[in-house]
Amino acid sequence: MSGRERALAWLYSRPGAQAWALLAPGGFWLVLFFLVPILIMLVYSFMPRGIYGGVDPGFTLEHYARFFDPLYLDVLQRTFLWSVGCTIICLVLGYPVAYAIVRGGRWRNLLLFLVVLPFWTSFLVRTFAMIFLMRDTGLINNWLLKLGLIDETLTILYTPFAVMVGLVYGFLPFMILPIYASLEKLDPSLLEAAEVLGARPRARFRRVTLPLSMPGVVAGCLLVFIPALGSFLTSDLLGGAKQMMIGNLVQNQFSSARNWPFGSAASFIVMALVLAAVMIYLRVKDQTGGGSSK
Amino acid sequence: MNLRAPGWLVAVVGAVYLFLHAPILVLMVFSFNNSKFSVDWRGFTLQWYHRLLERPDILRGLKISLIVGVAATVISAVFGTLVALALARHRFRGRRLFEGFLYVPVVTPEIVVGISLLILFALLKFPLGVTTITIAHVAFCISFVVIVVLARLEGMDRHLEEAAMILGADEITTFWRVTIPQLWPGILAGALLAFTMSFDDFVITSFVSGPGSSTLPIVVYGMVRRNVEPSINAISTIILLVTAILIYVADRLLRER
Repeated sequence: MSGRERALAWLYSRPGAQAWALLAPGGFWLVLFFLVPILIMLVYSFMPRGIYGGVDPGFTLEHYARFFDPLYLDVLQRTFLWSVGCTIICLVLGYPVAYAIVRGGRWRNLLLFLVVLPFWTSFLVRTFAMIFLMRDTGLINNWLLKLGLIDETLTILYTPFAVMVGLVYGFLPFMILPIYASLEKLDPSLLEAAEVLGARPRARFRRVTLPLSMPGVVAGCLLVFIPALGSFLTSDLLGGAKQMMIGNLVQNQFSSARNWPFGSAASFIVMALVLAAVMIYLRVKDQTGGGSSK
Repeated sequence: MNLRAPGWLVAVVGAVYLFLHAPILVLMVFSFNNSKFSVDWRGFTLQWYHRLLERPDILRGLKISLIVGVAATVISAVFGTLVALALARHRFRGRRLFEGFLYVPVVTPEIVVGISLLILFALLKFPLGVTTITIAHVAFCISFVVIVVLARLEGMDRHLEEAAMILGADEITTFWRVTIPQLWPGILAGALLAFTMSFDDFVITSFVSGPGSSTLPIVVYGMVRRNVEPSINAISTIILLVTAILIYVADRLLRER
């Protein structure tokens, strides 16, 4: 018996030790390189700013107080409104797509894969694709000019419109997939029952399909809203300096502004908003009976 | 159900698919366009791909991305599978709490993960480089591996393991000869997704990479910031094709039953 086998045999003889041995490497990694850093970040957000980046010892609330400055309130408000707007647009566009995939028949797998693909595709490359289309000398301007629909180049890039299109383009698959998952589980006999009982298609949708797909809708909204709140690349590349979101503010504090504790405070505000969204999700999930859709 | 889809639904869905895929397709087509500045079609060329080979920064970025990607994938696949096994097969105190904790990295915005790790490494005076990038990538990949492998474990037939034991196999043999082969598609799919995420990551990497350790996305970001030239289309096309193949394989593995 080799040493490795002896060790394994020992583990197998003790179920409790076995569970902890399995958990230890991954759990340790997540605690040390995920949980602990976030806690340190939280502590930093209450400490005075150091001169060369970093922090000085002490306690202060000034970094959080700074968010009442109109300049930063503006950033917070913009981030929140754009994230909400992006979520609503994704829901309106994404629901029909999820519905169509479920009804897709033999196209179903292909249609689904075509949503899974952008879900995993490089966000940077996809954002670059938007620049390629929207910049002044980009494809959209080029075609519009050629068709004679416009006389001079249209400024699309570096506008709020560009950021919104970029956000929706980036996060739409996050909405479609969970809605698809909940629609797929919907028992067709329920719809047949509704039909037998005389419900018209519209009523069947409103009274059966829609309520039963609510867990997917809520999950999808969360999966769009959260990354939108923390988005950095989209506003950075498509928005320019004027369309700053909180992610850009955080990045700024850690690069050029060198105000780490203020950046930590901004980052913690993002984290708090995310946790609040998750809490709301869990409550709604309980109320809509999302447990049955597991 | 023999309902025909209404026309407006087909139109909306078609438009959404066009919106999701046309920009990428256009980007790829123009990586073969024989003009540096124009978005008019000036004939087919491979010069932008040749140009990539002449850029040491891109080749170096690719090399670092591959090193980090493979290391992060192996570590997170092994550790993630172990965690999934613990969660599926064992009852222990704090199990629910740990399971909930696993989902937190999935919903945490990348920018938060990036700066908190930067703070940690600065505090430990740990030099930023390939090691710190790998550590960060494992931290955000483990949870995804656990989720994918756990789903596979829950759908698995435990009778096969029992049968092996009844036929006289000890637990270690059963694990390697029965459990792991059954679990393999889940582990592989989890690993492919982890590699894709590591290979694509920009935001977190940008905080924990040091001078001389730029991954491919960092190099590409620099190119996009400076100016828009067709070599970016070429490198984007390569990245897209690589991820598309990986995702296709992972997708097939996940559907396998």
